Amino acid sequence: MNVTVTPALALGDDALILSHRLGEWIGHAPVLEEEVALANIALDLLGQARVLLSIAGDEDELAYLREERQFRNLQLVEQPNGDFAHTIARQLYFSTCQELLYEHLAAGGSELAPLAAKAVKEVAYHRDHAEQWTLRLGDGTEESHRRMQHGLDALWRFTGELFEPVDGLDVPWSALHDTWTTRIGSLLRRATLTVPEGPKSGAWTAGAGRQGLHTEPFGRMLAEMQHLHRSHPGATW
Amino acid sequence: MTTAQPAETPSRPADWPLWEVFVRSRRGLSHTHAGSLHAPDAEMALRNARDLYTRRSEGVSIWVVPSAQVTASSPDEKDAFFEPSGDKPYRHPTFYEIPDGVQHL
Amino acid sequence: MTTIAPDETALEAVFDATVAADERIEPRDWMPDAYRASLVRQIAQHAHSEIIGMQPEANWITRAPSLRRKAILMAKVQDEAGHGLYLYSAAETLGAGRDELLDMLHSGRQKYSSIFNYPTLTWADAGAIGWLVDGAAITNQVPLCRCSYGPYARAMVRVCKEESFHQRQGYELLLTLSRGTEAQRAMAQDAVDRWWWPSLMMFGPPDDESAHSAQSMAWKIKRHSNDELRQRFVDICVPQAEALGLTLPDPDLAWNDERGHWDFGPIDWAEFREVLKGNGPCNEERISRRRQAHEDGAWVREAAAAHAAKQGEATR
Repeated sequence: MNVTVTPALALGDDALILSHRLGEWIGHAPVLEEEVALANIALDLLGQARVLLSIAGDEDELAYLREERQFRNLQLVEQPNGDFAHTIARQLYFSTCQELLYEHLAAGGSELAPLAAKAVKEVAYHRDHAEQWTLRLGDGTEESHRRMQHGLDALWRFTGELFEPVDGLDVPWSALHDTWTTRIGSLLRRATLTVPEGPKSGAWTAGAGRQGLHTEPFGRMLAEMQHLHRSHPGATW
Repeated sequence: MTTAQPAETPSRPADWPLWEVFVRSRRGLSHTHAGSLHAPDAEMALRNARDLYTRRSEGVSIWVVPSAQVTASSPDEKDAFFEPSGDKPYRHPTFYEIPDGVQHL
Repeated sequence: MTTIAPDETALEAVFDATVAADERIEPRDWMPDAYRASLVRQIAQHAHSEIIGMQPEANWITRAPSLRRKAILMAKVQDEAGHGLYLYSAAETLGAGRDELLDMLHSGRQKYSSIFNYPTLTWADAGAIGWLVDGAAITNQVPLCRCSYGPYARAMVRVCKEESFHQRQGYELLLTLSRGTEAQRAMAQDAVDRWWWPSLMMFGPPDDESAHSAQSMAWKIKRHSNDELRQRFVDICVPQAEALGLTLPDPDLAWNDERGHWDFGPIDWAEFREVLKGNGPCNEERISRRRQAHEDGAWVREAAAAHAAKQGEATR
């Protein structure tokens, strides 16, 4: 299918894909209370995705009938869940950025402003959830500290893309990036963790997700997500 | 065995304590007991309570209290506690007779 | 201060009078040990069923065929986790800690509803579970809202309020399939064929073979017999199936004017007992998956507890 790349599509894909990954946790969370918490976040994101994709076109056609290269989400959000610390690291990086971005969009006059104004409250909660867990895992046991640090390190190379300009969005990216770096830095210090030192992007991956270039696990994820819908062309559900 | 106590101090390191959750369903009403949950600390208890007990917009404010901190009257003392108030009908407005036609009383 | 040992007989008389008057027993009231044990067993089994019951439906979250359905299914499975929490919380008021109950589940010493040992093979199963399994559960649970034990009754009020959406979404899902393409229709019929009989088994063995029924009825933990509830469910489902345009897989289904109820065919209790014994299609998968999630989460729970201890939180 033909798809026009718009900011709504890029941000909608972020929310859609991250929601899907969080949905994979359901039934596997470390404690029942966390089943409910993770599902809440997944549902918030899915709600955002549906609004955004509906701005970009038909939500189901976009979610289920696009090829891998037509998705414009960040590579960060498609990364597999790993252990709970890995998931929390992904949430922390993404939610901190998403909150800053949506705050900015909410204050602006674009067509995304109303969605951003509503979503920013949800995202603030997601960010808080990630922060609370980062503090507890970082300054919990030796094992949790090691796992949390590992999650942060492993995903660090996907964080550069968070602040790659998105065509059609008028956002002071580098200022947001500075704020993000400060916030993450001070949180990680409180959590007795170390800010990763490696590069914020892989050798050729900076901005790649936004250009339709994805990582290996993404194809498999899409195959699962789209299989049923694609098996019944034209059916309503 | 006659009375159930709320869960005690965690028996294993990973057992989180129990918290009682009180939710104010809307402004103007008091908090009412909604149920309980487990959480490692007060901050997480609040967040878990928000996720669990207000996911259908059931609340505008939440209290969490460690279950072990609740002191309850004992059912064995029920008579001593609550019966003595039963024979003081003069505390209730219906105790008093007012002539027909007198208003605003 | 002297404590006078309360006379058990007198206490029991108060308990009996409270139950007889249709008033609720509350956590710190005196209650017979057997009443407490029976409640813990039933509430625990109920809670376990909610959380094991997440698995068959969660199986389809990542494959849900539209975003609307995906949101509904996620919210539904999340509710089941929530219902498990309400019920464990009711069990805690009887002195049964959640960790203790989870241990019993994980080691097979406590059961969960056998229905969740059946597989969800197609998307239509998500609909059949909502319509039939949740429908049967609601039929069972509505009377529990008036159960003699207060915390259980209150948990059930909350659960029933939330469950009504579960059943409707399942029915709507099946209706959409039934009115859809030929393949979708076949998918829906196949699911109903597989879930109908296990759903009838959810009400438990026939009254004359039910081990705990009589005492539970006397204590008003239970309000109606297994067979009564099963009949009520069949009577509700027959016209609903007709409206769906799907067939219930029972050639003996026939309206009985004399009884004013639908007659239905014999239930395969041998299958029921086999599944109960652990020989169902998914017993092993369900329990090992649950155990795995619990074990994988151990380090997280320990970390949060360790953090709280470091912060000197007043958690005692």
